[in-house]
Amino acid sequence: MTNLLLLTVILINFFSLGSARLVACIRAVALQGALLALLPVAVHGLSGHSVMLGLGAFCFKGVFIPWLLLRAIREVRIRREMEPYIGFVATLILGALTTAGAFIFSDFLPLAAEHHGRLFVPTALATMFSGFLLLITRRKALTQVLGYLILENGIFIFAVLLSEAMPLTVEAGILLDLLVGIFVMGIVINQISREFSTINTERLTALKE
Amino acid sequence: MLLTIILLPLLGAALSLLLPWYQVRSWILPICGGFHLLLAGFLVNGTLVTGPWIGLDALAKLVLIVTSLLFFGCSIYAVGYLSLCRERGNKVIVPCLLVFLSAMTLAISSRHLGLLWMAVEATTITSAPLIYYNRNRLSLEATWKYLLLCSVGIGLAMLGMLFIAYAALVGEVTPISLQFDSLLLGATSLSRPWLHAGFIFLLVGFGTKMGLAPLHSWKPDAYGEAPGLVGALLAGGLTSVAFLAILRAVQLMTAAGDGVMARQALLGMGLLSMALAAIFMVRQPDLKRLLAYSSVEHMGILAIGVGIGGLATFGAMLHLVNNALTKGCLFLSVGNIHRAYASKRLSEVHGAIATLPISGTLFLAGFLAITGSPPFGLFMSEFTILRGIFGSGQLWVGLLMLLLLAAVFIGMGGTALPATQGAPVKLESAFKDSFLLVVSPLGFLLIVLCLGLYLPESLQQALRAAAALLEVKP
Repeated sequence: MTNLLLLTVILINFFSLGSARLVACIRAVALQGALLALLPVAVHGLSGHSVMLGLGAFCFKGVFIPWLLLRAIREVRIRREMEPYIGFVATLILGALTTAGAFIFSDFLPLAAEHHGRLFVPTALATMFSGFLLLITRRKALTQVLGYLILENGIFIFAVLLSEAMPLTVEAGILLDLLVGIFVMGIVINQISREFSTINTERLTALKE
Repeated sequence: MLLTIILLPLLGAALSLLLPWYQVRSWILPICGGFHLLLAGFLVNGTLVTGPWIGLDALAKLVLIVTSLLFFGCSIYAVGYLSLCRERGNKVIVPCLLVFLSAMTLAISSRHLGLLWMAVEATTITSAPLIYYNRNRLSLEATWKYLLLCSVGIGLAMLGMLFIAYAALVGEVTPISLQFDSLLLGATSLSRPWLHAGFIFLLVGFGTKMGLAPLHSWKPDAYGEAPGLVGALLAGGLTSVAFLAILRAVQLMTAAGDGVMARQALLGMGLLSMALAAIFMVRQPDLKRLLAYSSVEHMGILAIGVGIGGLATFGAMLHLVNNALTKGCLFLSVGNIHRAYASKRLSEVHGAIATLPISGTLFLAGFLAITGSPPFGLFMSEFTILRGIFGSGQLWVGLLMLLLLAAVFIGMGGTALPATQGAPVKLESAFKDSFLLVVSPLGFLLIVLCLGLYLPESLQQALRAAAALLEVKP
């Protein structure tokens, strides 16, 4: 069950790296968030903590944040990611390489005995790398936010392993921070599109030495 | 009491959203700031407060009182500043400033790494609207860079935190918790590789927030485009808070017996910060960007001080106080100059002393203070750090730092002197130095001057106690 979830998460990474349609990307990230929300229950069983964490993650990562982004995209009327800094095929290949690298690398990590040979750590690493790739290679402010979200999803996978270290209040606070952060980013994207009539960030280069 | 000081600004923020009067809303800032400072004074003089979630140790007390003092000064300035720019409204900036203060206080007093992370991320989010206050293309660009870089940076800090929790899991420390005191207790049995990885990620994450080179790239943009008052709070308050977060990681590494590695990393980044800042300060045509690079430089000095240890750590603690207050004075006075000339570039700004006698003089004096000229406090703290460096036998580090300090003095002087000297300029704006706009920078400068002339015994004790927390325990 958990393995299936984690494999789907990796597939979604590839989908968002290769897709040019922003709406599809947002939906994919929403699906990824919703799948990750099942993870605490799948790992720790039905307990108050894991159910609350799963519900919170589902509401924020699976519903609210995608809704905010979809609303932002409707207002700026931009549908496709055009001419990324590195092409879609090239990013996909890079994504595949980093994912393979993550799997090999996590074999060398001094993991706790119960995590050896499981998919958690490699998936977390691969997802974070995919987030970074999106952040670096895309021009649209919105895709960069998606990259940030995928990065946070990767961190979330790792955090599920350690949910006893994180009391529920802290986790709730972290999710809330993420939500408000995305909300503020959405507002800034809106302002960018109003000022520059585009959300391509290469126009944001007036400030330099 | 500690909870009150965190909740008080939130209450003020809620009140400011409800009240319809412009001036009253502005005045909520100094009222909240005043009470905050009062409470902070009580807490700092009181006994150590500890709890599972929030508490104050010697380090936190030091940062708390500095941040509170800085915010109070800035809030008085804010009343004058906001009455000048009525057309922009204060319905966003006042609540944001207050929530920002609350988040900083929470970050300072948190004893749980998760809570600390949450609070620091909250400061990022609430300061983004502050940077965007001027609502033009440049400030938009600065806000976007700040928001994205700092969020990603803080995301990495989160990963660092999880690595430390994983170190506890692998090292079979029970209970696995990110509560700071229990982490310190079990520090020796934490799994080494994960602890080291965690430290590096925390350093990178909070280092982004603090603006250590090479993670400082958002800093000149954000400080350059934010209003002077916000620049003062970011450069004096927020950087100190981020530095405190890094110090927590250093404390943990020291408790685990790996303090040397943590110190070397800090020393390297500190020297790099000073060097990069010195390069970019030479022929810098923009006053606020100049101050931003100066902030990078001083973050470097703080990191070097802690990186050397011993006497230099004491110097770094003193430097933290001095840097925060001097940055307050500089950013506020440059804010006045910017407002008067409607420009912050050297091509338009000259003869500031003749044109704006008080703000211009304050800027010049602030420049002398920040570059470490006697008799200001920064001379004392930089001198102490250098004594610590030479005393520990690191001759080359000391010489390099002296060289870089000299380069910074020349570079900064090359911009600050032409801006302040020269014949008066006929201003197009009707801006004049007013009481509310100069009293805070003047106050900050006087405190820094006093700290350079005489260090009160109580402050010395506080600094020593803070430095002792970072030392290797036998």
